[in-house]
Amino acid sequence: MAKRIEIKDLDIYYGKFHAVRGVNLTIEPRAVTAFIGSSGCGKSTVLRSINRMHEVIEGAYVDGQVLLDGVDLYGKDVDPVRVRRQVGMVFQRPNPFPTMSIRENVLAGVRLNNARMPRSEQDELVEKSLRGANLWNEVKDRLDRPGSGLSGGQQQRLCIARAIAISPDVILMDEPCSALDPISTLAIEDLIKELKDQYTVVIVTHNMQQAARVSDTTAFFNLKKQGEPGELIEVGPTEKIFHNPDQQATEDYITGRFG
Amino acid sequence: MSTQTPPAEQVGTESDDSHSLVRSKARYGDALFSGISSGSALMIFVILAAVATFLTSQALPAMTSEPDHTGLSEVSALGGFWQWALPLAFGTVWSAVLAMLMAVPLAVGIALYLSHYAPRRVARIFGYLIDLLAAVPSVVFGLWGLMVLAPTLHPFYKWLNETMSWFPLFNAWQAREDGELRPVLAVGGQNMLTAAMVLALMITPIITALSREVFLQTPLLHEEASLALGATRWEMVKQAVLPFSRPGIISACMLGLGRALGETMAVAMILPGKVLVTFKLLTYNNPNTIAAYIAQNFPESEGFGKMQLIAAGLILFIITLVVNMIARGIIASRREFSGAN
Repeated sequence: MAKRIEIKDLDIYYGKFHAVRGVNLTIEPRAVTAFIGSSGCGKSTVLRSINRMHEVIEGAYVDGQVLLDGVDLYGKDVDPVRVRRQVGMVFQRPNPFPTMSIRENVLAGVRLNNARMPRSEQDELVEKSLRGANLWNEVKDRLDRPGSGLSGGQQQRLCIARAIAISPDVILMDEPCSALDPISTLAIEDLIKELKDQYTVVIVTHNMQQAARVSDTTAFFNLKKQGEPGELIEVGPTEKIFHNPDQQATEDYITGRFG
Repeated sequence: MSTQTPPAEQVGTESDDSHSLVRSKARYGDALFSGISSGSALMIFVILAAVATFLTSQALPAMTSEPDHTGLSEVSALGGFWQWALPLAFGTVWSAVLAMLMAVPLAVGIALYLSHYAPRRVARIFGYLIDLLAAVPSVVFGLWGLMVLAPTLHPFYKWLNETMSWFPLFNAWQAREDGELRPVLAVGGQNMLTAAMVLALMITPIITALSREVFLQTPLLHEEASLALGATRWEMVKQAVLPFSRPGIISACMLGLGRALGETMAVAMILPGKVLVTFKLLTYNNPNTIAAYIAQNFPESEGFGKMQLIAAGLILFIITLVVNMIARGIIASRREFSGAN
């Protein structure tokens, strides 16, 4: 069910602040696309614009199009709530609902759809989602314990399980490993590689090696200069971006000769 | 970082003093501060013990022995202390429960509006208004309830009694000797419902203000988690905000309930209460509350009567204590899921 995302001439504003300018980008289905770039260059904002999560901030709006298999997510009749049910998101810091058990966390999204689901089907979905997030074996004996009792890495995988439980078309990840230790990071990276068999995965990361390890396509964002809106500088196969980028700015950033 | 560095041997007795590890001189500030704070903590015990001793020493004789001639006439008339005290305890709890039923949904609703729906400017102005409402003295609430609210609602009560008397709480009909039913509505709307409404109004600001603070503390992270799953605003509130805020809301409600239980002036002014048990809201026969009863009767009582009133005060104290302990129990029972870890 993975879908292709096409971003066309996208400008993003927070009130009067022009955050991102003129992004054109196609994100292929069943692949991992990494957004890299320095802090404040708008990569997270672009990521959030794909499921309209940036609208959580008052005064945010966009100019341009984000097409999900040809359907404009910013079309007149489009409900952001519906968009988010198809485009799931995993955040920088693991955020399972603290008041819910592991099981309830996985089912949280399904419950929102008001679907009356028989207990057996719920059990199946919980197992399938947790297996999909490589977490099942670690938590199968304590599904009714609070999700906040897990380790950071486990919590993040729980959040991934929660996101895939509503079978989205796209999974967005906003620096999903930045709060995790190396072992947990490795587990998440392995998982990301598996997820791309079924989903379109977009990941924002500050970790260059991570982008190189997990992604098929890399997009580099940068500011022309401080105070200017962020822009997409270059996008291409990860191999090429890391070894033979077209733009000088990209090479500078990749090699650490930045700023 | 190497861990093999040998520890410094000398303790700087000869060189400059700032490198010395020896305690230089007594730190008076520390001693003073720790003295004051421990003293304050101790003070709570002393005060509590003093209040408890006073209450029990005065109350126990009144609770256990037969009423004598210096006691309250009503206690003798009713045939004993408990026949008198329990209806008052009922009136106290009943009026507070009614007030809570009205105030909690209202207050939580306002708080949610202020924290998650209202534009920031509106929320700020509303916040001031709520604080203003909290600052109205209870005697003013009492006056307003007596002179404005009660007479205004009287026609409504009449209508309620005529059309809704199938609902037992609103039934204010009584059979006369000849069997004819007559309405026995409270004069001028001064009934339990009016008193409870005024109580509700008095505790709404505190519940609102506290709940709003709690709602605002819901981590953005959890709200975003919910929204990203495709929650509408209300679903997000149900999924992330309310569960997270539950202990805080309970605490806020307990503070409100404490005030409603102990509220004296407003009830004393509005409600011509009697020592009786009834759930009916509109009749002229209304149960009184402990606090209001004490205020109304203390000046004229003496000797044993005073002790009986103090005993009633002790019962009020115990009711409030039990309510608070129940609330703590509720909060503690879901501690693991509170999000505090």
